[in-house]
Amino acid sequence: MSAAALDARIGKPWKKPAFIRNPYLRWGLYISAAIYILLAVSSIEVNWARVSEGLVRGWNFLAAFAEPDFLSRGKDIREGMIESVIMTVASTVVGILISVPIGLGAARNIAPLPVYLICRGIVALSRALNEIIVAILMVAIFGFGPLAGFITLSFATIGFLSKLLAEDIEDMDRVQAEAIKATGSGWLQWINYGVQPQVMPRLIGLSMYRLDINFRESAVLGLVGAGGIGATLNTAFDRYEYDTAAAILIIIIVTVMALEYLSGIIRARVQ
Amino acid sequence: MPVSTLTDGRKAWQLRDRKAQLTRWFAYFAAVAVFMWCWKKISDSTTWFFVWDAPRIASDIGSRAFPPRWSYMEKLWEPLWDTLNMATLGTLLALVFAVPIAFLAARNTTPSAVFVRPVALLIIVSSRSINSLIWALLLVAIIGPGVLAGLLAIALRSIGFCAKLLYEAIEEIDHKQVEAVTATGANPLQVMAYGIVPQIMPAFAGVAVFRWDINIRESTVLGLVGAGGIGVQMQASLNTLAWPQVALILLVILLAVIVSEWVSAKVRGAII
Repeated sequence: MSAAALDARIGKPWKKPAFIRNPYLRWGLYISAAIYILLAVSSIEVNWARVSEGLVRGWNFLAAFAEPDFLSRGKDIREGMIESVIMTVASTVVGILISVPIGLGAARNIAPLPVYLICRGIVALSRALNEIIVAILMVAIFGFGPLAGFITLSFATIGFLSKLLAEDIEDMDRVQAEAIKATGSGWLQWINYGVQPQVMPRLIGLSMYRLDINFRESAVLGLVGAGGIGATLNTAFDRYEYDTAAAILIIIIVTVMALEYLSGIIRARVQ
Repeated sequence: MPVSTLTDGRKAWQLRDRKAQLTRWFAYFAAVAVFMWCWKKISDSTTWFFVWDAPRIASDIGSRAFPPRWSYMEKLWEPLWDTLNMATLGTLLALVFAVPIAFLAARNTTPSAVFVRPVALLIIVSSRSINSLIWALLLVAIIGPGVLAGLLAIALRSIGFCAKLLYEAIEEIDHKQVEAVTATGANPLQVMAYGIVPQIMPAFAGVAVFRWDINIRESTVLGLVGAGGIGVQMQASLNTLAWPQVALILLVILLAVIVSEWVSAKVRGAII
């Protein structure tokens, strides 16, 4: 039997259904995406002479990773790292302390509407502003140094933690909270015994995660003058001291890996 | 059950026994001590005179920045277009690399758990732990300032993020479907295309849109280190203390962030 006759008997072979059913919409999307990418790529101006010249430098930089120089700027690196760590710890602690009440206020099942709206507003504001932009403003207002970075990171922590905490509180088991209320508890006792035990594991996990993020962010805040290892890194790049820059990057990567590992262990233990 | 004795000799319930309570108080004490030490260090390297002066400075800057210089907007359209391109093309480029890396890193699809998987995980971690601003700093030093440096910085930072979320999605797939496709006699590539890819497609789309949203935020500031986009204008305005222009740029960035969040929420809602 020929293939055509076979097709006629068993019908068309199965074809994978398309991602988007409507063919007009599908092709419209494909074509507009292609046009956009063409326009976008053609609007990028590349100075190829500069790039090819830079590739040598790029290779030097990669080679520097093979022999990073931890020592010749050892003091600067150490001070920068200590400052970064201090900013991270202090801002995470303050961020958590502030974000717990705001998180309670941003949970619709606990807070009355006016409080809810105010707290959601704070969360939205904190999340919409990029850390670097906040840091620039804080440096302009409070002057150079780790205080600006500390305030920036605390502010960013509030948006992150409050939002996730509020969502967790909204998802909590009402029965447990009601049982505490039925014993005649006050509001604080209700929060402490009815709500807090339910969200505590997640709060600890999120705090550890945020500590991790804050450290990573603290490494860049120095670029705009807000203290930390970023300033040292920026100086190293400006002086084309790639071996020192490589050393700093390696330290950052190792610290982040260690923090991630640690937070993984702690999160596994509390959950 | 932990109990304590009241003054009149009755027993009363309490949450923790004495040992747990003491350990807890000690932990709090240590935490407070660490925090106070950190705070002391920050305080030492702060010029408090400037801080006490801060409200005046803030209101001064505020009064200079208002009203924003609306006419500056005509110079912002092109940087805004560059910013959008950096985020979008950077995300696309990152996805191109992230997909194979994710398949190499997932425990159930990696060709070798001993040799290939650790390399893939190392790529993911290195890409994730370095902020896009640092990538941009590095690339600007290497290939010169411009949109290309920013695009590559966004891509390099996003590879780790996308690959991590993707490989976690791959590890969580339903094995029965893979087995069913294998049972029809499919070769490994077909198993991947018909058994695994349809299962991770929603996660893939979600990750892509989520990362695009983040990348829009990040690409607005990459210009601060010379990597193109609206940040270049901001840096120039900040350097000349042109606060009305800074105010306008901040407003534009805020608007861009809100729009991108709205778009990503819509697209994710439509896909998932």
